[in-house]
Amino acid sequence: MSELLETVGRTRDVELFEQLFRHFAPRVKAYMARTGSAAAAEELMQETMVAVWKKSALYDRSKGAASTWIFTIARNLRIDAFRREKHPEFDENDPAFVPEAAPAADAAMENVQSVEALKAALDTLPADQVEVLRLAYFEDRSQSDIAAALSVPLGTVKSRMRLAVAKLRSALGGDTA
Amino acid sequence: MMPRHHVDDDLLLSYAAGSLAEGWSLAVSTHLALCPECRARLAAAEAAGGALLEAMAPMPVAADAWASVRDRLGSSVPAEDRRRPAQAVIPSPLRDYIGGDVETIRWKAIGTAGAQLRIKTSDGTTQVRLLKIPAGQPVPEHGHRGRELTVVLSGAFSDGAAVFARGDIEDADEEVQHTPTATPGADCICLAVTDAPLRFRSWLVRAVQPLLGI
Ligand SMILES: [Zn+2]
Repeated sequence: MSELLETVGRTRDVELFEQLFRHFAPRVKAYMARTGSAAAAEELMQETMVAVWKKSALYDRSKGAASTWIFTIARNLRIDAFRREKHPEFDENDPAFVPEAAPAADAAMENVQSVEALKAALDTLPADQVEVLRLAYFEDRSQSDIAAALSVPLGTVKSRMRLAVAKLRSALGGDTA
Repeated sequence: MMPRHHVDDDLLLSYAAGSLAEGWSLAVSTHLALCPECRARLAAAEAAGGALLEAMAPMPVAADAWASVRDRLGSSVPAEDRRRPAQAVIPSPLRDYIGGDVETIRWKAIGTAGAQLRIKTSDGTTQVRLLKIPAGQPVPEHGHRGRELTVVLSGAFSDGAAVFARGDIEDADEEVQHTPTATPGADCICLAVTDAPLRFRSWLVRAVQPLLGI
C-alpha cells in the first residue's frame, strides 16, 4: 500500500488511487464512526480520502507506512470536526526547526518494514494496555477521562500508556530507553 | 545543543492518538520541533495509529462513495507559498499562534517581576501563556492543580538540581512544589501550559496582604 500511495503521488493516476480508496475508505469510515454518527463518518471519510489524494505528492515512504500517514490525516480531520480544535504540528522547513544530527535513513526504512512486527506486538499487549489504547486512539478520551472511565488512578493510565509505547517501540527495532 | 528533558511516552501517545487537548499539544509540538529524539519516539506512537486503523473492521461505505470522491479529486495541493522568516527563536507552530517571533510580543507585566502573554487556542480546558522571567529571578511562585508543561524557548531556568534550557520540557503535576528560577545572564522565555489557572501565589499574597492588614 505504501508503494502504491507513493506512486499515486508521483503519477496522479486515478485508477491506482481507486485501489487505495477501496482498501482504506471502509477503515477510515469505521474509525470516524467511533466518535460520530454514520452520516458524519461517511462525510469525514470522503473528506479524508480527498485530502489523501491532494497531499499524496508529499507522502514519503521512508518516513512511515501509508496506513500511518492516512491515520494522521484522518485524526486531524476528526479533531477539527468533532472538537473544533487544531492539532498543532512541527514544520520541517521552519527556520527554528532542529534537524537530526545524522539522517537515520536506515532506521526509517526499518520502520516501514516493521509494520507487521508492530501489528504482532499490538496483539501481544496485555488487555489493560489495549483498552487504554482503544480509548485514546478511537474514542478521543483524554487521560483523565480514561482514568474515570476505568476507575483507576491517572498515574495508572499514564504507566499503561508508557508500557505500551515501550513495547511497540522495541517491536519497531527502536531504542526502548 | 539538543534538549535533555523530554516528553514522556504517555503524552506522546495521547498526542499521536489525537486525544490530547490543543493547549497540551502545543507544548508537545513545540518540544518536538526542537527535539529530533522525541520525533523518532513519536514515530512508534503514530505507527500504532496506522496499525490500529489497518486492523479495524471495515465499515461499508455509501454506494456512490467512490463516484463522489472521484468527482472531488482536483489538482494536488498547490505549491506551498507559506512565508517563513530567515531565522526565528520561537518555532512553528507556536510562532503562528503568537503571530510573530519574540521581538513582536507585547508583554504584559505580572507582579513586580516578569511578564506574560496569553495565547489563545480553541481548547477551553487549558491555559496557555508565554512567560518572561528576568535573569536570576524566581518564576513567581505558583500553585497549580493538575498538570503543568513548561517548554524553554530562550535562556534557562533551574528547578532544584535540574537545569532546563532551550527545548527542554518540564512536566510537573500537583505533587511537585517547585520553585523554578531563571539562571543568571539572560531572561528566560518559556511556554507554560496548565489545566487550571496559574495562581502566582507570592505576588497575589503580596497584593492581598495590605488589604488583610497582615
Ligand atoms: Zn525530546
